[in-house]
Amino acid sequence: MTSVAATAQPNWFQEKILLGMTGRQYLRSLVTPWNFAAAAIIAVGVPLMIWRFAFGLASVTNLSQTQPWGVWIGFDMMTGIALAAGGFTIGATVELFGLKEFHPIERPAILTGFLGYVMAVIGLILDLGRPWNMVQVMIRNGTHSVLFEVAWCVMCYTTVLSLEFAVPFFEWLGWKRLYTPLRKALLALTVLSVMFSTMHQSALGSLFIIAPGKLHPLWYSPWIWIFFFITAVIAGISMVIVESTLSHQVFAEKFKGQHVDLDKLTIGLGKAGAIVMFAYFFLRLQGVVDGHAFGYVKGFYGAWWLLEMVGLVLLPAFLYAYGARNRNARVVRIGGILGVIMIVFNRLTVSLIAYNWDQPVRYVPSWQEIWVSITLVTVGVLLFRWIVNRMPVLTPPADAPAH
Amino acid sequence: MKLSRRNFLKVAGVTGSVGLVGLPTRANGAMSLASETPGETERAVLVDTTLCVGCRGCEAACAEANKLPDPPSDEKVFGELRATSPTAFTVVNRIDNPRNGKPRFAKKQCMHCVEPACASACPVRALDKQPTGPVSYNGDRCMGCRYCMVACPFGIPKYQYASNNPLVRKCTFCAARQAEGKAPACTSVCPSGALTFGTRGELLKEARRRVFGNPGKYVEHIYGEREAGGTNWMYISDVRIEELGFARNVGDASYPQLVKGALGVPPFVMTLWPPLLMGIYAFSHRKNGDDEHGHANEAQSKDGGDHD
Repeated sequence: MTSVAATAQPNWFQEKILLGMTGRQYLRSLVTPWNFAAAAIIAVGVPLMIWRFAFGLASVTNLSQTQPWGVWIGFDMMTGIALAAGGFTIGATVELFGLKEFHPIERPAILTGFLGYVMAVIGLILDLGRPWNMVQVMIRNGTHSVLFEVAWCVMCYTTVLSLEFAVPFFEWLGWKRLYTPLRKALLALTVLSVMFSTMHQSALGSLFIIAPGKLHPLWYSPWIWIFFFITAVIAGISMVIVESTLSHQVFAEKFKGQHVDLDKLTIGLGKAGAIVMFAYFFLRLQGVVDGHAFGYVKGFYGAWWLLEMVGLVLLPAFLYAYGARNRNARVVRIGGILGVIMIVFNRLTVSLIAYNWDQPVRYVPSWQEIWVSITLVTVGVLLFRWIVNRMPVLTPPADAPAH
Repeated sequence: MKLSRRNFLKVAGVTGSVGLVGLPTRANGAMSLASETPGETERAVLVDTTLCVGCRGCEAACAEANKLPDPPSDEKVFGELRATSPTAFTVVNRIDNPRNGKPRFAKKQCMHCVEPACASACPVRALDKQPTGPVSYNGDRCMGCRYCMVACPFGIPKYQYASNNPLVRKCTFCAARQAEGKAPACTSVCPSGALTFGTRGELLKEARRRVFGNPGKYVEHIYGEREAGGTNWMYISDVRIEELGFARNVGDASYPQLVKGALGVPPFVMTLWPPLLMGIYAFSHRKNGDDEHGHANEAQSKDGGDHD
């Protein structure tokens, strides 16, 4: 990057990559406290990842023979994929349900989804003992495995997301020949995105159906795949509320001259969120009734379950409903934050906290595992910022169609 | 409005008929469950813990056959209930019979389920059930997802976490020896007759004969007859199986069957979703006499701006 600093005339590189600055100006603009913190996180995180491949999982993780999955699966994969559901949720809202007013938040939602999946897949590769054998999923017909379904759908959907993201990417490069056909294919891509997402978002829950003795009865249900799919939709809605709010604050100058009423969109999302959240609450109750598990509402896990059901499902449901009814975007946003916390809570509970609940020795992640997960989130945020500062994501060009 | 309704019915009709095609296949899948003695002709082992003297010759034979480090020769290993490990595919545990204080031993290893959870969970078929009985592992295919360890109700697959090229390790049922017509290493060295190698059907009869032919001697339960849909290693004992360190809460359902319902969803979604979603798309864009790009607004979004 520094070699370009010598050129005085703004060239393509300066224009596209350095945001019109010279190399020196650009480097100076990077010196901020936030960037310093991010650099520090990555400076430790990346060597940890290399260390893990050199010396094995035991050298950095607290995984054990009774706890084969830790935070790299529970957070990076389970939580990350759910939080990245905004891509298909908003995509479907705009492209299929024809709610055009949500068009301005479609591209950021797809970008968030795309980066979320890429980071989740990197987390997965770190966690796999022999990731070079991933190709085996494609050549062995393991159709009896839920993980086979997850693997295929995540592969296919990440491809779909990259094609959806390719539209602003090629617009940025000005390669009309490439983005014009992709724009036209957006409808078909959206149908595929809903199809693949339905399957793998629910299948991530189905993974636990085969472990009835290991997952606590308040969370275990043969219908867990329905819960996972519905919470993915909630995650998509909540994440879009939070992400669009943050974007409008952090990248405020990008929205100058735009006539998007974000409050109105937020309230619209809150309305949808309230309906889905209430439905989810009653389905979860039904799950407990169906599993004859009400007797387990006691002790630590009973309190943990009540905390989830009341504090993180019922409360945001009411906040969404109240905010939507009284046209109060602020209340909807608080609901959105709680909705995001609910997803993190639920996925970590199912995959880590309520898993092996009756085992005497409990898994506690090592600092290295947590650090690597934070590194992946940091890289995702940096990539998001890098992309929206350059490509037409937050403010799509006037000629961009919404099918 | 009329047009929309007709369109809606068309979509509903198409999707409904697809659903009807999908349903019978799922019902057939569930029907194949019923079978009298699952895995009747498969190779199996009956463990009679009342005969085991705790010599741990099986541990040594296993280590030799599988090129594992020698098991500790010290009697101190009986101090705790041990689990199998990446370097010990079988372990013998000792408990004191709570009724008479006499020691009781139980060998632990892979149960080689008739319908193994691990093999059904494996997305790359690295773990696979042989028709003759063993649940075998092929490390060349394994990508190390460790879902087998999540799935196994007996906690048997063990992982080489310390390696940078790790494998899942577990009892092989000496599949290679069996293919040569030999008995598994452990059963071939057992001096006390605690391990009987045979077919699952015969051994079940033998187990019943021993349990019901000696009233009061055994706990009236053949562990492995029904557990997890039936296993090829079966246990009879005069102490309760959970006292010997075995999981009692595994249930009688076959584990692969547990996920059948959820695995029936993808074909359903793949056939239903595209027509349904395109129907919704057509429905929401029909209203305003749509142009080729579909720029029309739906009634609900009247107040929304068209951004094209």
